[in-house]
Amino acid sequence: MTEKNVDMKEDNTVEKDLTEEQQKILTPSKLIIRKFKKRRSSVIALIILCVIILSVIFAPVISKHDPYEYDFARAKQPPSKEHILGTDELGRDYFARILYGGRVALQVGIFAVLIEVVIGCIVGGIAGYYGGWIDNVLMRATEIFMSFPFLPLVITISAIVGTSIAPEKKMYLVMIILGLLSWPGLARMIRGQILSLREQEFVLAAKALGIRNSKIIWRHLIPNTVGYIVVNATLAVASAILQESALSFLGLGVAPPVPTWGNLIQYARDMYNLQHRPWLWIPPGLCIFATVMCINLIGDGLRDAIDPKSK
Amino acid sequence: MLRYIARRLIQLIPVILLISILIFGIIKLVPGDPVGSNLDPRATAEQKLAERARLGLDKPIYVQYWNWLTRSLKGDFGYSYIYKRPVVEVVPSFIKNSLILNIFVYLFAFIIAIPIGIITAVKQYSKTDNFFSAFSLFGISMPTFFFGLLLIYFFGVKNQWLPISGMITVGRNYQGIARLKDVLLHMVLPGLVLIIGSLASLVRYTRTSMLEVINQDYIRTARSKGLSEKVVIYKHAFRNALIPIVTIVGFTIPSLFSGAVMLETVFNWPGIGRVLVEAVNARDYNLMMALDMFFAILTLLGNLLADIGYALVDPRIKVE
Repeated sequence: MTEKNVDMKEDNTVEKDLTEEQQKILTPSKLIIRKFKKRRSSVIALIILCVIILSVIFAPVISKHDPYEYDFARAKQPPSKEHILGTDELGRDYFARILYGGRVALQVGIFAVLIEVVIGCIVGGIAGYYGGWIDNVLMRATEIFMSFPFLPLVITISAIVGTSIAPEKKMYLVMIILGLLSWPGLARMIRGQILSLREQEFVLAAKALGIRNSKIIWRHLIPNTVGYIVVNATLAVASAILQESALSFLGLGVAPPVPTWGNLIQYARDMYNLQHRPWLWIPPGLCIFATVMCINLIGDGLRDAIDPKSK
Repeated sequence: MLRYIARRLIQLIPVILLISILIFGIIKLVPGDPVGSNLDPRATAEQKLAERARLGLDKPIYVQYWNWLTRSLKGDFGYSYIYKRPVVEVVPSFIKNSLILNIFVYLFAFIIAIPIGIITAVKQYSKTDNFFSAFSLFGISMPTFFFGLLLIYFFGVKNQWLPISGMITVGRNYQGIARLKDVLLHMVLPGLVLIIGSLASLVRYTRTSMLEVINQDYIRTARSKGLSEKVVIYKHAFRNALIPIVTIVGFTIPSLFSGAVMLETVFNWPGIGRVLVEAVNARDYNLMMALDMFFAILTLLGNLLADIGYALVDPRIKVE
């Protein structure tokens, strides 16, 4: 992929009086990386996010405790050398629970957005490419989905469907609900992009070559909107993490014994814990805040780097 | 214009019907028999059958939906299981409590956000601008419920400066001015969280729309005519920037109400959001359906208001 771009670029980067720095051949991806690097806050955010992701992936290396292993003999301990953030009411190591909780929170955020992107691409791609009545029907449906009251509906569905699902599987339910309800914005954006792209000559050329419509959409049109999709998906991960944490905090999302940052904060609903055991609820809250802020900063940086309209 | 509004209102009807079918369908997915919870556990099989027939549960699902719909249209949403009173009697007082909090927040947020948005756009990349960018980032990245808990911890528990729960002090029967003061004090912390949350997006929005206008040719023309900067910004630029801002006014209404779901739960504010969570947890289906429909209609009306506002303010948009 990169090599192909280099070949293409070599023909038209023949302007003469360029400095040596500028003479290096820039592929589109290199250009984006370079622009992204200029925003220091986004780069720092990327580094912090990498640290968070790595520590969540390598949780077993970082903490030798099992987040599910309980031992009543050591329940409700305050932070100590052995248990950095103490233990919970069942004697499980709390630091380990936060690390594994991060795994769940990030997984839910990422997979919810994947679902969102797939549906958004299908609906937006088809509506934008075919136009006419297909576009009309799909966009009306999208508008109806957009006018759903998001949080109340998520709460209702999660509570009702959740009753017949095992606690260990609830995280998949949350992913699916969030994914199924948040695609309309993305679908609209992709449709708008494709509406203008399909008038361009490469689409005409593809049609003249007799390429199937579905292939034109997937291989020629959608890849051209990838920049926008990446920016929007990044920001969507941030809001999916926030939504999951809110749901789990209400007790309607990911359910114990599976830990997630949102349901760990539930300890704060008990006045005694809120007041005397702040190490139970402040760290997971800060984890959510830090992760979401980093993702938002990266999203902004990507937007500046990818969006040709921004400077 | 009136015809446009009327047409849009008529267009809402099928959408509302569709949403009501969806909500009804979801709630009918519930496993188990709702009759069980209403009756004496010693009830005989015949009594249970009679109860099912009385509630219409023996009929096919589309008949049940039709019955629910026609009764709802007459204002009969059934009986609330938690409050032991008809749903229509329960809901209005909660709507009122949510409105008190929301109107206060709404006015405050807009009054502050618009000037800040203008200033940050006019002085782009200045220190003020950077400060508010950081502030906006904080606002959109902070989970509302966690922020609420932090405020409770610092202002209500560590230092007992402000009330942290409910809408009035329990046990004190304040009247008149004292009562108003009491409610206002209870509103400070939840209001603060909501204001900061909505400020973040409002400031961003105003700033972007101001920036777009400021770079237009007619602003340069206005400047080159020798108009003072004040006139250029507030008369020419702001008026045009107002157009997209008007739409956000409409969109914010439903999001404020549903955003309050988390906050009302954390601060125990007796509003519609907290009741929704209560109803969901207690499986009070009649109350749930009524509240979900309320939120759905509110969202639709908010969107409609945004469109009407847009058409009213922007002379370039033709209503036909």
